[in-house]
Amino acid sequence: MKHQYLKNVSTLKLEQSRCTGCGKCFEVCPHQVFAMMNRKANIVDKDRCIECGACVKNCSFHALEVKPGVGCASAIIKGWLTGTEPSCDCSSDSGGCC
Amino acid sequence: MLSIDTKREIKIIQTSTHLDFHDKLGAWKVRWGIDRMNYKVEPGLYRVGNPDGSSPVLVTANYKLTFDSMRKELSGLDTWILVLDTKGVNVWCAAGKGTFGTTELINRLAITQLDKVVSHRTLILPQLGAPGVSAHEITKHTGFKVTYGPVRAKDIKEFIQAGMKATAEMRTVQFNTYDRLVLTPIEFVGTMKISLMIFGVLFLLNLMGLGPFGWVDFYGYMGAVIVGSVLTPVLLPWIPGRAFAWKGWLLGFVWAILVNGLNGWPYEPGYSLLQALGYILVFPAISAYLAMNFTGSSTYTSFSGVLKEMRIAIPAIIISIVIGCLLIMIGSII
Repeated sequence: MKHQYLKNVSTLKLEQSRCTGCGKCFEVCPHQVFAMMNRKANIVDKDRCIECGACVKNCSFHALEVKPGVGCASAIIKGWLTGTEPSCDCSSDSGGCC
Repeated sequence: MLSIDTKREIKIIQTSTHLDFHDKLGAWKVRWGIDRMNYKVEPGLYRVGNPDGSSPVLVTANYKLTFDSMRKELSGLDTWILVLDTKGVNVWCAAGKGTFGTTELINRLAITQLDKVVSHRTLILPQLGAPGVSAHEITKHTGFKVTYGPVRAKDIKEFIQAGMKATAEMRTVQFNTYDRLVLTPIEFVGTMKISLMIFGVLFLLNLMGLGPFGWVDFYGYMGAVIVGSVLTPVLLPWIPGRAFAWKGWLLGFVWAILVNGLNGWPYEPGYSLLQALGYILVFPAISAYLAMNFTGSSTYTSFSGVLKEMRIAIPAIIISIVIGCLLIMIGSII
């Protein structure tokens, strides 16, 4: 069975005029959000994006934008409680994320 | 005159592709949360088999579970392994934090003097390290070219043999039933500390004569915990809906109905209607909360998505548990 998470939430943006079609985003994306068409990157399924930031970090032409973050409820709760940015920073007694 | 010795020793550690009993016991322990945050190998340059200057270089994290699951897939290969200092955290999570990152890789290349060990200038990084590493920055600063390898270590051999080409399948993160199952012990163990505290409070209430808490409360609660931390993760893709909290709530609701049914409700209830309603409010909420926390262990949730589900789930869970507890207390008095 295929996993499907919430729709229309990802902050991923592609500025196609800056794209040179190098294919790096296509290579690093763990959820096949991109496809290469007409020598440019295209977002084929934005709802699969997990906002990991791999594509942005590896695009040397600044064609991509996302607000990277962890999809981890306990990290977000911890962020709320401590007033810090949620990070994948589990201590030994918390849940299973990292 | 100050003299500086520019010739540093190159340290290379030999390792093997065989996991012994000690390695397997260690893996089992961390899966159950025993000393999990201190399961590390020394960062640096390792060799598997008998590599030479032209052998491939694989880069990985210094979480021992990561290091072991990679080297066991390298039998028959002669390779170098460059282990980054990720503070004992796996590649994907460390990349998210930036410890499996551009700076650490540049530093580690300098410390290990890899440029003197190999004649080529290619590094194979795990694809899941990409959120932390800018490949073009690495090339700019060190001259090494970064090639992103497959997501899973078991595909490394095929990737190298195919001339460093990954198939679409090798590039995609999966999350199959076994992947989810191995994560459930840590989820369950993680709930035990808070569960013991709750039991303590209920026991005290009983002692003070304020609480009628008994066997049904105990197994009902434990069932809700198992539903949320084990059953929901395992059955994840088959449970209708998308939000994790919803999936947990749904199974928890089935559990609450079952608990009430086992106690004769609604025909010959072993307890009051208020208590039965209380269970229906409390147990699914507990399961929902624990299922929601599994978002962090899953491979397909986004920050924006989790935030969206939490904005609804957290208030609903709190209200449901508070009202449910009140009903159970009132039901036991009247």
